[in-house]
Amino acid sequence: MVRLLFVAFQAAVMVSPSQVPSQTQQAAPSTPAPGTPSAGSPQGVAGSAASPFGAQVQQGALNIVVVDPAHGGTDPGARGTGGMRESEIVLDFAIQVRRALELQGFQVVQTRQGNDNPSFDDRSATANAQRGAVFVTLHISSTGLPGTARVYVNSDLPPVANSNGMIPWDRAQAPFLGLSKTFGDLVQGFLTQRFKGSPDAAQTASVRQLRTTAAPAIAVEISSVTVEDRADLDRMAPGVADAIARGAAAFKPSYVVPRTPGALP
Amino acid sequence: MTPRWKYWLIGGLVIVVIAAAIYFPILRRRVKRAARLQQQSEEQARRELTQPIAINPGDPRVKAKLFWASDAIDSTLAPVTVELPLSNDPVLRSKQVLNTLLAGPVDAESRTLPPDALLLAFYIMPDGTAIADFSEALATSIPSGIVSEQMAVNSITRTLEANVPQVQRLKILIHGQEVETLAGHLDLTGTFVVNTGPAQAPVQPATTPSVTDKPATPAADKPAAPVSGTLTPDKAPGKLAQPERKP
Repeated sequence: MVRLLFVAFQAAVMVSPSQVPSQTQQAAPSTPAPGTPSAGSPQGVAGSAASPFGAQVQQGALNIVVVDPAHGGTDPGARGTGGMRESEIVLDFAIQVRRALELQGFQVVQTRQGNDNPSFDDRSATANAQRGAVFVTLHISSTGLPGTARVYVNSDLPPVANSNGMIPWDRAQAPFLGLSKTFGDLVQGFLTQRFKGSPDAAQTASVRQLRTTAAPAIAVEISSVTVEDRADLDRMAPGVADAIARGAAAFKPSYVVPRTPGALP
Repeated sequence: MTPRWKYWLIGGLVIVVIAAAIYFPILRRRVKRAARLQQQSEEQARRELTQPIAINPGDPRVKAKLFWASDAIDSTLAPVTVELPLSNDPVLRSKQVLNTLLAGPVDAESRTLPPDALLLAFYIMPDGTAIADFSEALATSIPSGIVSEQMAVNSITRTLEANVPQVQRLKILIHGQEVETLAGHLDLTGTFVVNTGPAQAPVQPATTPSVTDKPATPAADKPAAPVSGTLTPDKAPGKLAQPERKP
Protein backbone atom coordinates (compact mmCIF):
# COMPACT_ATOMS: atom_id res chain seq x y z
CA MET A 1 0.00 0.00 0.00
CA VAL A 2 1.46 3.24 -1.19
CA ARG A 3 0.55 5.15 1.93
CA LEU A 4 2.58 2.82 4.04
CA LEU A 5 5.65 3.24 1.92
CA PHE A 6 8.38 5.46 3.16
CA VAL A 7 10.51 7.74 1.11
CA ALA A 8 14.14 8.21 1.95
CA PHE A 9 15.83 11.21 0.48
CA GLN A 10 19.12 9.46 -0.11
CA ALA A 11 17.22 6.91 -2.17
CA ALA A 12 15.75 9.74 -4.19
CA VAL A 13 19.22 10.64 -5.38
CA MET A 14 19.49 7.24 -6.92
CA VAL A 15 16.18 7.39 -8.74
CA SER A 16 16.81 9.85 -11.46
CA PRO A 17 20.50 10.57 -11.77
CA SER A 18 20.25 12.47 -15.00
CA GLN A 19 17.99 15.06 -13.44
CA VAL A 20 19.49 15.24 -10.01
CA PRO A 21 22.06 17.86 -9.18
CA SER A 22 24.32 16.36 -6.59
CA GLN A 23 24.78 19.38 -4.44
CA THR A 24 24.16 20.17 -0.86
CA GLN A 25 24.12 23.49 0.81
CA GLN A 26 24.45 24.87 4.25
CA ALA A 27 21.91 27.11 5.77
CA ALA A 28 21.58 30.49 4.18
CA PRO A 29 20.86 32.63 7.21
CA SER A 30 19.23 35.55 5.50
CA THR A 31 16.04 35.43 3.50
CA PRO A 32 15.80 38.11 0.87
CA ALA A 33 12.79 40.26 0.52
CA PRO A 34 10.13 39.11 -1.93
CA GLY A 35 10.95 40.08 -5.42
CA THR A 36 14.69 39.95 -4.94
CA PRO A 37 16.16 37.89 -7.71
CA SER A 38 18.62 35.20 -6.80
CA ALA A 39 21.62 37.25 -7.78
CA GLY A 40 24.38 36.37 -5.37
CA SER A 41 25.33 32.79 -4.78
CA PRO A 42 23.87 31.30 -1.64
CA GLN A 43 26.06 31.47 1.39
CA GLY A 44 27.97 28.57 2.77
CA VAL A 45 27.73 26.40 -0.29
CA ALA A 46 29.40 23.08 0.18
CA GLY A 47 29.31 21.25 -3.10
CA SER A 48 29.23 17.55 -2.46
CA ALA A 49 31.12 14.88 -4.29
CA ALA A 50 29.82 13.71 -7.63
CA SER A 51 26.84 11.40 -7.54
CA PRO A 52 27.38 7.69 -8.01
CA PHE A 53 26.34 8.19 -11.60
CA GLY A 54 28.71 11.03 -12.21
CA ALA A 55 26.06 13.67 -12.67
CA GLN A 56 27.53 17.09 -13.00
CA VAL A 57 28.13 18.91 -9.78
CA GLN A 58 26.28 22.16 -9.50
CA GLN A 59 26.22 24.66 -6.73
CA GLY A 60 23.17 26.25 -5.20
CA ALA A 61 20.15 24.60 -3.74
CA LEU A 62 17.13 25.07 -5.91
CA ASN A 63 17.78 24.20 -9.52
CA ILE A 64 14.80 22.16 -10.56
CA VAL A 65 11.16 23.10 -10.85
CA VAL A 66 8.70 20.26 -11.33
CA VAL A 67 5.73 21.59 -13.30
CA ASP A 68 2.53 19.57 -13.08
CA PRO A 69 -0.20 20.24 -15.63
CA ALA A 70 -3.12 18.78 -13.69
CA HIS A 71 -5.60 16.19 -14.97
CA GLY A 72 -5.23 14.73 -18.49
CA GLY A 73 -6.19 11.52 -20.25
CA THR A 74 -9.70 10.46 -19.29
CA ASP A 75 -9.85 13.24 -16.69
CA PRO A 76 -10.54 16.55 -18.45
CA GLY A 77 -10.74 18.51 -15.19
CA ALA A 78 -13.00 21.56 -15.30
CA ARG A 79 -15.06 21.88 -18.46
CA GLY A 80 -16.12 25.21 -19.77
CA THR A 81 -17.92 26.88 -22.58
CA GLY A 82 -17.24 25.66 -26.10
CA GLY A 83 -15.75 22.38 -24.92
CA MET A 84 -12.87 24.02 -23.08
CA ARG A 85 -10.96 21.50 -21.00
CA GLU A 86 -8.78 22.31 -18.05
CA SER A 87 -6.42 19.43 -18.90
CA GLU A 88 -5.62 20.94 -22.32
CA ILE A 89 -5.28 24.52 -21.18
CA VAL A 90 -2.88 23.71 -18.33
CA LEU A 91 -0.68 21.73 -20.74
CA ASP A 92 -0.37 24.83 -22.93
CA PHE A 93 0.29 26.96 -19.84
CA ALA A 94 3.02 24.52 -18.78
CA ILE A 95 4.93 25.19 -22.01
CA GLN A 96 5.06 28.89 -21.23
CA VAL A 97 5.87 28.28 -17.57
CA ARG A 98 8.74 26.01 -18.63
CA ARG A 99 10.12 28.65 -20.99
CA ALA A 100 9.98 31.38 -18.33
CA LEU A 101 11.65 29.15 -15.74
CA GLU A 102 14.40 28.12 -18.14
CA LEU A 103 15.09 31.79 -18.81
CA GLN A 104 15.64 32.16 -15.06
CA GLY A 105 18.15 29.32 -15.21
CA PHE A 106 16.01 26.52 -13.81
CA GLN A 107 15.85 23.00 -15.06
CA VAL A 108 12.21 22.02 -15.61
CA VAL A 109 10.72 18.57 -15.23
CA GLN A 110 7.10 18.09 -16.32
CA THR A 111 4.91 15.41 -14.80
CA ARG A 112 3.19 14.88 -18.14
CA GLN A 113 4.05 15.93 -21.66
CA GLY A 114 0.91 14.84 -23.45
CA ASN A 115 -2.68 13.89 -22.87
CA ASP A 116 -2.06 11.23 -20.25
CA ASN A 117 -3.09 11.13 -16.61
CA PRO A 118 -0.43 10.02 -14.14
CA SER A 119 -1.79 9.27 -10.68
CA PHE A 120 -1.39 11.75 -7.84
CA ASP A 121 1.33 9.54 -6.41
CA ASP A 122 3.16 9.26 -9.74
CA ARG A 123 3.19 13.03 -10.07
CA SER A 124 4.47 13.40 -6.52
CA ALA A 125 7.07 10.72 -7.19
CA THR A 126 8.42 12.79 -10.07
CA ALA A 127 9.10 15.61 -7.62
CA ASN A 128 10.22 13.37 -4.76
CA ALA A 129 12.88 11.83 -6.98
CA GLN A 130 14.62 15.21 -7.28
CA ARG A 131 16.78 16.94 -4.72
CA GLY A 132 16.53 20.65 -4.34
CA ALA A 133 13.37 20.96 -6.42
CA VAL A 134 10.11 22.80 -5.99
CA PHE A 135 6.74 21.62 -7.27
CA VAL A 136 4.07 23.68 -9.02
CA THR A 137 0.74 22.14 -10.02
CA LEU A 138 -1.31 24.15 -12.53
CA HIS A 139 -5.11 24.33 -12.47
CA ILE A 140 -7.96 26.25 -14.07
CA SER A 141 -11.04 26.61 -11.89
CA SER A 142 -14.74 26.42 -12.73
CA THR A 143 -15.58 29.39 -10.53
CA GLY A 144 -14.09 32.58 -9.16
CA LEU A 145 -13.55 36.00 -10.62
CA PRO A 146 -12.33 35.55 -14.21
CA GLY A 147 -8.87 36.95 -14.78
CA THR A 148 -7.60 36.23 -11.26
CA ALA A 149 -5.14 33.63 -10.00
CA ARG A 150 -4.78 32.04 -6.58
CA VAL A 151 -1.91 30.13 -5.02
CA TYR A 152 -2.66 27.33 -2.56
CA VAL A 153 -0.42 25.55 -0.13
CA ASN A 154 -1.43 22.42 1.71
CA SER A 155 -3.35 22.74 4.97
CA ASP A 156 -1.53 21.79 8.13
CA LEU A 157 -0.64 18.13 8.44
CA PRO A 158 0.30 16.21 11.58
CA PRO A 159 3.99 16.76 12.27
CA VAL A 160 6.42 14.10 11.19
CA ALA A 161 9.00 12.88 13.65
CA ASN A 162 12.44 12.73 12.13
CA SER A 163 13.03 9.01 11.96
CA ASN A 164 16.36 8.59 10.23
CA GLY A 165 15.41 11.02 7.54
CA MET A 166 12.42 9.01 6.46
CA ILE A 167 8.99 10.52 6.21
CA PRO A 168 5.64 8.85 5.61
CA TRP A 169 4.62 9.09 1.98
CA ASP A 170 1.07 10.11 2.79
CA ARG A 171 2.29 13.16 4.72
CA ALA A 172 5.41 13.90 2.71
CA GLN A 173 4.46 17.57 2.51
CA ALA A 174 4.41 18.05 6.29
CA PRO A 175 8.07 19.08 6.79
CA PHE A 176 7.90 21.46 3.82
CA LEU A 177 4.76 23.42 4.78
CA GLY A 178 6.69 26.48 5.95
CA LEU A 179 8.82 26.57 2.81
CA SER A 180 5.74 26.03 0.65
CA LYS A 181 4.06 29.00 2.30
CA THR A 182 7.10 31.21 1.65
CA PHE A 183 7.25 30.09 -1.98
CA GLY A 184 3.47 30.44 -2.37
CA ASP A 185 3.40 33.97 -0.96
CA LEU A 186 6.17 35.03 -3.35
CA VAL A 187 4.38 33.64 -6.41
CA GLN A 188 1.04 35.04 -5.24
CA GLY A 189 2.64 38.46 -4.82
CA PHE A 190 3.83 38.49 -8.42
CA LEU A 191 0.47 37.16 -9.65
CA THR A 192 -1.46 39.84 -7.78
CA GLN A 193 0.74 42.57 -9.26
CA ARG A 194 -0.30 41.31 -12.66
CA PHE A 195 -3.88 40.13 -12.08
CA LYS A 196 -5.88 42.58 -10.03
CA GLY A 197 -8.48 41.09 -7.73
CA SER A 198 -6.27 38.12 -6.83
CA PRO A 199 -5.57 37.53 -3.12
CA ASP A 200 -2.55 39.12 -1.46
CA ALA A 201 -1.15 35.94 0.03
CA ALA A 202 -1.20 32.23 -0.64
CA GLN A 203 -4.19 30.40 0.82
CA THR A 204 -4.37 27.01 2.45
CA ALA A 205 -6.46 24.12 1.20
CA SER A 206 -6.15 20.37 1.53
CA VAL A 207 -5.11 19.81 -2.06
CA ARG A 208 -4.55 16.08 -2.60
CA GLN A 209 -1.69 16.56 -5.04
CA LEU A 210 0.38 18.58 -2.58
CA ARG A 211 0.06 16.20 0.39
CA THR A 212 2.39 13.51 -0.96
CA THR A 213 4.97 15.88 -2.40
CA ALA A 214 8.26 16.01 -0.47
CA ALA A 215 9.31 19.46 -1.66
CA PRO A 216 8.13 23.03 -1.37
CA ALA A 217 4.90 22.68 -3.32
CA ILE A 218 2.16 25.03 -4.46
CA ALA A 219 -0.97 24.83 -6.56
CA VAL A 220 -1.72 27.72 -8.91
CA GLU A 221 -5.37 27.99 -9.92
CA ILE A 222 -6.54 30.42 -12.56
CA SER A 223 -10.13 31.58 -12.96
CA SER A 224 -11.83 30.26 -14.93
CA VAL A 225 -13.15 27.99 -17.68
CA THR A 226 -16.36 30.02 -17.66
CA VAL A 227 -14.79 32.74 -19.83
CA GLU A 228 -16.57 33.00 -23.14
CA ASP A 229 -13.42 32.90 -25.22
CA ARG A 230 -10.41 30.73 -24.50
CA ALA A 231 -8.20 33.55 -25.72
CA ASP A 232 -9.03 35.34 -22.44
CA LEU A 233 -7.27 32.56 -20.57
CA ASP A 234 -4.44 32.23 -23.08
CA ARG A 235 -3.66 35.91 -22.60
CA MET A 236 -3.02 35.18 -18.92
CA ALA A 237 -0.42 32.48 -19.63
CA PRO A 238 2.64 34.76 -20.03
CA GLY A 239 1.81 36.63 -16.82
CA VAL A 240 1.28 33.40 -14.90
CA ALA A 241 4.51 31.92 -16.28
CA ASP A 242 6.45 35.06 -15.41
CA ALA A 243 5.04 35.17 -11.85
CA ILE A 244 5.98 31.53 -11.22
CA ALA A 245 9.48 32.01 -12.63
CA ARG A 246 10.10 35.19 -10.65
CA GLY A 247 8.66 33.60 -7.54
CA ALA A 248 10.95 30.58 -7.90
CA ALA A 249 13.96 32.85 -8.45
CA ALA A 250 13.09 34.92 -5.38
CA PHE A 251 12.54 31.77 -3.34
CA LYS A 252 15.78 30.11 -4.40
CA PRO A 253 18.08 31.69 -1.77
CA SER A 254 15.74 30.78 1.06
CA TYR A 255 15.45 27.11 0.13
CA VAL A 256 18.05 25.21 2.04
CA VAL A 257 18.66 21.62 1.12
CA PRO A 258 19.97 19.75 4.15
CA ARG A 259 23.64 18.90 4.02
CA THR A 260 23.01 15.34 5.10
CA PRO A 261 21.03 13.35 2.58
CA GLY A 262 17.86 12.17 4.22
CA ALA A 263 17.68 14.97 6.77
CA LEU A 264 14.51 16.96 6.80
CA PRO A 265 14.59 20.68 6.07
CA MET B 1 -69.62 -19.47 -52.04
CA THR B 2 -66.40 -17.64 -52.51
CA PRO B 3 -67.92 -14.12 -52.52
CA ARG B 4 -69.78 -14.85 -49.27
CA TRP B 5 -66.57 -16.00 -47.66
CA LYS B 6 -64.99 -12.75 -48.74
CA TYR B 7 -67.82 -10.71 -47.21
CA TRP B 8 -67.39 -12.52 -43.89
CA LEU B 9 -63.66 -11.93 -43.98
CA ILE B 10 -63.99 -8.27 -44.82
CA GLY B 11 -66.69 -7.82 -42.22
CA GLY B 12 -64.53 -9.52 -39.60
CA LEU B 13 -61.55 -7.34 -40.47
CA VAL B 14 -63.65 -4.19 -40.26
CA ILE B 15 -64.88 -5.21 -36.82
CA VAL B 16 -61.28 -5.90 -35.73
CA VAL B 17 -60.12 -2.50 -37.03
CA ILE B 18 -62.97 -0.70 -35.27
CA ALA B 19 -62.30 -2.60 -32.05
CA ALA B 20 -58.57 -1.78 -32.30
CA ALA B 21 -59.31 1.87 -33.00
CA ILE B 22 -61.39 1.99 -29.84
CA TYR B 23 -59.03 -0.11 -27.72
CA PHE B 24 -55.65 1.33 -28.70
CA PRO B 25 -56.18 4.76 -27.14
CA ILE B 26 -57.40 3.07 -23.97
CA LEU B 27 -54.33 0.83 -23.99
CA ARG B 28 -52.07 3.79 -24.56
CA ARG B 29 -53.58 5.62 -21.64
CA ARG B 30 -53.11 2.56 -19.45
CA VAL B 31 -49.45 2.19 -20.46
CA LYS B 32 -48.84 5.85 -19.75
CA ARG B 33 -50.50 5.58 -16.38
CA ALA B 34 -48.47 2.49 -15.52
CA ALA B 35 -45.24 4.25 -16.50
CA ARG B 36 -46.17 7.24 -14.40
CA LEU B 37 -46.97 5.02 -11.44
CA GLN B 38 -43.66 3.21 -11.80
CA GLN B 39 -41.80 6.50 -11.95
CA GLN B 40 -43.63 7.73 -8.90
CA SER B 41 -42.86 4.60 -6.96
CA GLU B 42 -39.17 4.81 -7.87
CA GLU B 43 -39.10 8.41 -6.74
CA GLN B 44 -41.06 7.43 -3.66
CA ALA B 45 -38.59 4.64 -2.88
CA ARG B 46 -35.66 7.00 -3.37
CA ARG B 47 -37.22 9.55 -1.10
CA GLU B 48 -38.01 6.95 1.52
CA LEU B 49 -34.47 5.65 1.45
CA THR B 50 -32.93 9.07 1.60
CA GLN B 51 -35.69 10.63 3.58
CA PRO B 52 -34.60 13.94 5.01
CA ILE B 53 -35.08 14.09 8.71
CA ALA B 54 -38.48 15.54 9.25
CA ILE B 55 -38.54 18.73 11.20
CA ASN B 56 -40.37 17.97 14.41
CA PRO B 57 -42.52 20.97 15.31
CA GLY B 58 -42.13 19.96 18.96
CA ASP B 59 -38.40 20.67 18.84
CA PRO B 60 -37.34 24.02 20.19
CA ARG B 61 -36.99 26.65 17.49
CA VAL B 62 -33.48 27.94 17.42
CA LYS B 63 -31.62 30.37 15.23
CA ALA B 64 -29.43 28.11 13.12
CA LYS B 65 -26.46 29.56 11.31
CA LEU B 66 -26.00 28.18 7.82
CA PHE B 67 -23.01 28.99 5.64
CA TRP B 68 -23.68 29.68 2.00
CA ALA B 69 -21.68 31.64 -0.53
CA SER B 70 -21.74 35.35 0.13
CA ASP B 71 -20.89 36.05 -3.46
CA ALA B 72 -20.54 33.49 -6.22
CA ILE B 73 -17.67 35.43 -7.75
CA ASP B 74 -15.85 36.26 -4.55
CA SER B 75 -15.88 32.64 -3.34
CA THR B 76 -16.35 33.46 0.33
CA LEU B 77 -18.87 32.13 2.80
CA ALA B 78 -21.29 34.12 4.90
CA PRO B 79 -23.55 32.93 7.71
CA VAL B 80 -27.29 33.15 7.18
CA THR B 81 -29.50 32.86 10.25
CA VAL B 82 -32.51 30.62 9.77
CA GLU B 83 -34.98 29.84 12.52
CA LEU B 84 -35.48 26.09 12.59
CA PRO B 85 -36.93 23.58 15.03
CA LEU B 86 -33.80 21.56 15.79
CA SER B 87 -33.48 18.39 17.80
CA ASN B 88 -31.24 18.28 20.85
CA ASP B 89 -29.83 14.98 19.65
CA PRO B 90 -26.54 15.83 17.90
CA VAL B 91 -27.00 13.27 15.11
CA LEU B 92 -30.55 14.37 14.29
CA ARG B 93 -29.55 17.99 14.64
CA SER B 94 -26.62 17.50 12.24
CA LYS B 95 -28.91 15.84 9.71
CA GLN B 96 -31.42 18.65 10.01
CA VAL B 97 -28.90 21.44 9.47
CA LEU B 98 -27.10 19.61 6.66
CA ASN B 99 -30.37 18.87 4.87
CA THR B 100 -31.29 22.53 5.17
CA LEU B 101 -27.86 23.42 3.80
CA LEU B 102 -28.33 21.00 0.90
CA ALA B 103 -31.80 22.38 0.18
CA GLY B 104 -30.01 25.63 -0.53
CA PRO B 105 -30.59 29.30 0.08
CA VAL B 106 -33.35 31.40 -1.43
CA ASP B 107 -30.85 32.79 -3.89
CA ALA B 108 -29.62 29.82 -5.94
CA GLU B 109 -26.45 31.74 -6.80
CA SER B 110 -25.35 31.41 -3.18
CA ARG B 111 -25.60 27.63 -3.23
CA THR B 112 -22.44 25.80 -2.23
CA LEU B 113 -23.57 22.21 -2.80
CA PRO B 114 -25.14 20.64 -5.90
CA PRO B 115 -28.95 20.69 -5.79
CA ASP B 116 -29.18 16.95 -6.47
CA ALA B 117 -26.78 15.92 -3.70
CA LEU B 118 -28.27 14.04 -0.75
CA LEU B 119 -27.11 13.24 2.75
CA LEU B 120 -27.39 9.46 2.95
CA ALA B 121 -26.18 8.87 6.49
CA PHE B 122 -24.65 10.67 9.43
CA TYR B 123 -22.94 9.21 12.48
CA ILE B 124 -21.06 10.63 15.42
CA MET B 125 -18.43 8.43 17.02
CA PRO B 126 -17.64 8.59 20.74
CA ASP B 127 -14.49 10.67 20.18
CA GLY B 128 -16.44 13.41 18.44
CA THR B 129 -15.58 12.38 14.89
CA ALA B 130 -18.60 12.60 12.65
CA ILE B 131 -19.05 10.67 9.43
CA ALA B 132 -21.22 12.24 6.76
CA ASP B 133 -22.11 10.03 3.82
CA PHE B 134 -23.29 11.94 0.76
CA SER B 135 -24.71 10.68 -2.52
CA GLU B 136 -22.48 10.57 -5.59
CA ALA B 137 -24.00 13.79 -6.90
CA LEU B 138 -21.92 15.72 -4.37
CA ALA B 139 -18.79 14.63 -6.24
CA THR B 140 -20.12 14.46 -9.79
CA SER B 141 -22.23 17.64 -9.93
CA ILE B 142 -19.94 20.03 -8.11
CA PRO B 143 -17.96 22.43 -10.30
CA SER B 144 -14.42 21.07 -10.47
CA GLY B 145 -11.70 23.22 -8.92
CA ILE B 146 -9.86 23.87 -5.67
CA VAL B 147 -11.87 26.99 -4.87
CA SER B 148 -15.32 25.46 -5.48
CA GLU B 149 -14.53 22.17 -3.75
CA GLN B 150 -13.06 23.93 -0.75
CA MET B 151 -16.10 26.18 -0.50
CA ALA B 152 -18.41 23.14 -0.51
CA VAL B 153 -16.51 21.40 2.28
CA ASN B 154 -16.13 24.62 4.26
CA SER B 155 -19.85 25.30 4.09
CA ILE B 156 -20.48 21.85 5.58
CA THR B 157 -17.86 22.07 8.33
CA ARG B 158 -18.67 25.63 9.32
CA THR B 159 -22.40 24.91 9.44
CA LEU B 160 -21.73 21.94 11.74
CA GLU B 161 -19.33 24.02 13.81
CA ALA B 162 -21.96 26.70 14.33
CA ASN B 163 -24.81 24.37 15.22
CA VAL B 164 -23.51 21.06 16.59
CA PRO B 165 -20.76 21.58 19.19
CA GLN B 166 -20.42 17.83 19.74
CA VAL B 167 -18.88 17.35 16.28
CA GLN B 168 -15.14 17.85 16.51
CA ARG B 169 -13.95 16.36 13.22
CA LEU B 170 -15.72 15.40 10.04
CA LYS B 171 -15.02 12.57 7.67
CA ILE B 172 -16.80 12.81 4.32
CA LEU B 173 -17.77 9.65 2.44
CA ILE B 174 -19.28 9.46 -1.02
CA HIS B 175 -21.94 6.77 -1.38
CA GLY B 176 -20.52 4.89 1.58
CA GLN B 177 -16.98 4.86 0.24
CA GLU B 178 -13.83 6.69 1.19
CA VAL B 179 -12.68 8.63 -1.87
CA GLU B 180 -9.38 10.29 -2.61
CA THR B 181 -10.77 13.66 -3.68
CA LEU B 182 -14.11 15.41 -3.91
CA ALA B 183 -13.89 16.24 -7.62
CA GLY B 184 -10.21 15.90 -8.48
CA HIS B 185 -8.71 18.43 -6.09
CA LEU B 186 -9.79 18.51 -2.47
CA ASP B 187 -8.39 15.73 -0.32
CA LEU B 188 -11.11 13.65 1.36
CA THR B 189 -8.85 10.93 2.76
CA GLY B 190 -8.42 12.69 6.10
CA THR B 191 -10.80 14.39 8.48
CA PHE B 192 -11.68 18.06 8.67
CA VAL B 193 -11.54 19.94 11.93
CA VAL B 194 -14.96 21.23 12.95
CA ASN B 195 -14.84 22.27 16.62
CA THR B 196 -11.48 22.64 18.29
CA GLY B 197 -12.68 23.56 21.75
CA PRO B 198 -13.95 21.12 24.36
CA ALA B 199 -17.22 19.63 23.34
CA GLN B 200 -20.28 20.37 25.38
CA ALA B 201 -21.78 17.63 27.44
CA PRO B 202 -23.73 15.41 25.12
CA VAL B 203 -27.44 15.86 25.30
CA GLN B 204 -28.08 12.24 24.48
CA PRO B 205 -25.46 10.15 26.24
CA ALA B 206 -26.55 7.09 24.31
CA THR B 207 -25.48 8.70 21.04
CA THR B 208 -22.29 10.40 22.14
CA PRO B 209 -21.25 8.65 25.29
CA SER B 210 -17.70 9.87 25.71
CA VAL B 211 -17.04 13.06 23.88
CA THR B 212 -13.78 14.53 25.05
CA ASP B 213 -11.55 17.33 23.91
CA LYS B 214 -8.58 15.03 23.52
CA PRO B 215 -7.09 14.85 20.04
CA ALA B 216 -7.98 11.72 18.20
CA THR B 217 -5.52 8.90 18.16
CA PRO B 218 -6.10 6.03 15.78
CA ALA B 219 -5.66 3.44 18.53
CA ALA B 220 -8.26 5.08 20.71
CA ASP B 221 -10.68 5.61 17.92
CA LYS B 222 -12.39 2.28 17.94
CA PRO B 223 -15.76 3.00 16.45
CA ALA B 224 -18.71 2.38 18.67
CA ALA B 225 -20.88 -0.57 17.89
CA PRO B 226 -23.54 1.29 15.89
CA VAL B 227 -21.00 2.54 13.37
CA SER B 228 -18.36 -0.15 13.48
CA GLY B 229 -19.55 -1.51 10.19
CA THR B 230 -19.04 1.81 8.49
CA LEU B 231 -15.32 2.19 8.93
CA THR B 232 -12.57 -0.31 8.93
CA PRO B 233 -10.06 0.24 11.74
CA ASP B 234 -7.23 1.29 9.44
CA LYS B 235 -9.46 3.87 7.85
CA ALA B 236 -10.46 5.31 11.17
CA PRO B 237 -10.45 9.08 11.22
CA GLY B 238 -7.44 10.44 12.99
CA LYS B 239 -5.00 8.70 10.68
CA LEU B 240 -4.75 11.84 8.65
CA ALA B 241 -6.41 14.13 11.09
CA GLN B 242 -5.33 17.66 10.45
CA PRO B 243 -5.64 19.14 13.92
CA GLU B 244 -4.96 22.74 13.05
CA ARG B 245 -6.84 22.86 9.79
CA LYS B 246 -9.62 25.31 10.08
CA PRO B 247 -11.94 25.87 7.18
